[in-house]
Amino acid sequence: MLDVTRPSLPFTPGVGYKAQHFNDIMEDAGPVGWLEIHAENYMGMGGRPLAQLRHLSEKFPFSVHGVGLSIGGEGRLDADHLARLKTLCDWLNPASFSEHLAWSTHESAFLNDLLPLPYTAATVKRVADHIDEVQSTLGRQMLLENPSSYLAFAESDMSETDFLAEIVARTGCGLLLDVNNVFVSATNLDYSPQSYIDAYPLDSVGEIHLGGHDEDEDETGAPLLIDSHGAEVVDPVWALLDYTLAKSGPKPLLIEWDTDVPEWAVLVEETKRADKALSVFA
Amino acid sequence: MITTQTDFRTALLDPSKQAPNGVQNPDGVPATKRFDVYRNNVAVSLTDALETAFPVVNKLVGNDFFRAMAGVYLRAHPPTSPVMMFYGEAMPEFLAGFGPAQSVPYLPDVARLELAMRHSYHAADARPIEPDALAKIAPDTLPNVTFTFAPSVHLIPSNYPLHSIWWANTHGGDIAKVAQPALISRPEFDPIVDVLTPEQSAVIAALINGTPLGKALQSGGAGFDLGPLLGLLLSRNALISINT
Repeated sequence: MLDVTRPSLPFTPGVGYKAQHFNDIMEDAGPVGWLEIHAENYMGMGGRPLAQLRHLSEKFPFSVHGVGLSIGGEGRLDADHLARLKTLCDWLNPASFSEHLAWSTHESAFLNDLLPLPYTAATVKRVADHIDEVQSTLGRQMLLENPSSYLAFAESDMSETDFLAEIVARTGCGLLLDVNNVFVSATNLDYSPQSYIDAYPLDSVGEIHLGGHDEDEDETGAPLLIDSHGAEVVDPVWALLDYTLAKSGPKPLLIEWDTDVPEWAVLVEETKRADKALSVFA
Repeated sequence: MITTQTDFRTALLDPSKQAPNGVQNPDGVPATKRFDVYRNNVAVSLTDALETAFPVVNKLVGNDFFRAMAGVYLRAHPPTSPVMMFYGEAMPEFLAGFGPAQSVPYLPDVARLELAMRHSYHAADARPIEPDALAKIAPDTLPNVTFTFAPSVHLIPSNYPLHSIWWANTHGGDIAKVAQPALISRPEFDPIVDVLTPEQSAVIAALINGTPLGKALQSGGAGFDLGPLLGLLLSRNALISINT
C-alpha cells in the first residue's frame, strides 16, 4: 500500500488552508511547511479553488482531509463521493488522506456533522470494511481521526483507544490524532486525557491536529466542551501535545481554524507555538 | 440497548422528540443537553450554509425571517451530498411555495440567480473563442452557426427587474420598473451579473439550446440588434466555440 514516490508530510507545523490566506501564504508562509484542505470544498469542476491549489501544490505538500464520507455509517459508502475523492487525490497527489471516525449520512441525507458511534464489535467490523474499501479505491493508506465526543452510548463495550487499535490491526490504516478532540472528549466523558494518550497506538500516528473549542455546561453543571475550530488552542491542549510528543517523537502538526477564521498573522502565531513544541527534537 | 442511526437522525431533525434511547451522560443518565449539541451543530451548520449561499435572499427577507425559513427548508430538504457548495438547489421552488414569503414574489428568481453564481464560480475552466473568430466566418454561413457557451455561463430569465434587485442589494442603487433578466458569466475567476432585455434573454436562451444564429435572432423580434449582445458575450469570455 505504501507508495515511496509519494511526498510525505514534514515534521513541521501545517495549517488548514483558507482561500483568503492565499496571497499571505505565497508571500511568506512563516514556519508553515504544509497545508491541509477539506476535500469537499475542492470538488467543483474548476475556477479559483482549483487554480489556487495548483499554485500552492507547487510549493507545499498537501493533506486531503475528508469531512463527508460517513465511514461509520450503517449504510454503504457513497460510491459517487468515493469516486470524487479518488479524482481529487489522483489529481493533487497529496502526501496524506484522512477521514473521521464518525457518520454523517443516513438514507441519503447528509447531516453536515460528525456524529458519534458506539464502540462495539459490530461497529469495528463496519468501520474496518469501509476503510478497506476506501484504501483499495484510492490506492493509498488513509489516516482515521478520533472524534470529539459529547455523550456516551450504553451499548459501547470497548474503549476508544482499543477500538482504534483494532481498526489499525484489521485495515493497516494510520491514525490522525486530534489532541484537542482527546481533551474535549476526556473532559466531557470524565476520563484522564493523559491515560488516553498512554493507551493510544501512537506508532500509527501520521498526523496530529490542534484546534480550539468552546466551553459550556450540561444540565447538571458538568463541563461540556464543544469542538469549534474557532479559537486559539488552549494551554492544557498544548501541554497534552507536549506529553504526546514526548512519547511519540516528532509528528506533522496541524493548526485547524475553520470558523471565525482570523488573519494570517494569528495563525502564524499558533504555528510558531507548534514549531516550538517540535523544537525539542531539533 | 442499541441506538440505531435511524433513531439518532430522526431525533436530530425533530426538536420535539427526546434524545434517542441509549445515549447518555458519563454517569449513565440519559443524555439531553449533550444530544442537543449534535442537534444544534446540524441545524446551525446547515442554516449557515444557506445564509452563505443566498446573501441577497437573506437581505431581502431579513436575517430573523431567513434563519426561521432555513430551519423549515433544511428539514424538508436536507443535503443529499457531502459536497455542500451546491446545497440549496431546491430553494427557488421552496420559496415559490413558502406561504410567508409570498409577499416577495421575485424571491425565487433571486435564489435562482444566487445558485447560478455558485455554479458559475465552480464551473470547469474553458478557453474562450478568439475575438476575431466571428469575423472569419463567411457571411452567408453566419445564420447557420451555433455557439457553445462556457460552462460558467447561466441565463436567468425573469419578469421582474431581477438585475437591479440584485445590484441594489449588493452595491446599492434604485430598482428598475421593467423586466431585467440576468446573464451570469465568469471571464476569469469571479462571476459577473449583467443585465439583459427580455429580447436579449430570449435570443440567448435559443442560442444556449443550440439554435442556429439566424433562427435564434427571430426570438428577439423585429429589429433586434445583435451587436451589443455579441459584444457582451465576447467581453465576458462567454463563448468557447463557433460551430459551422
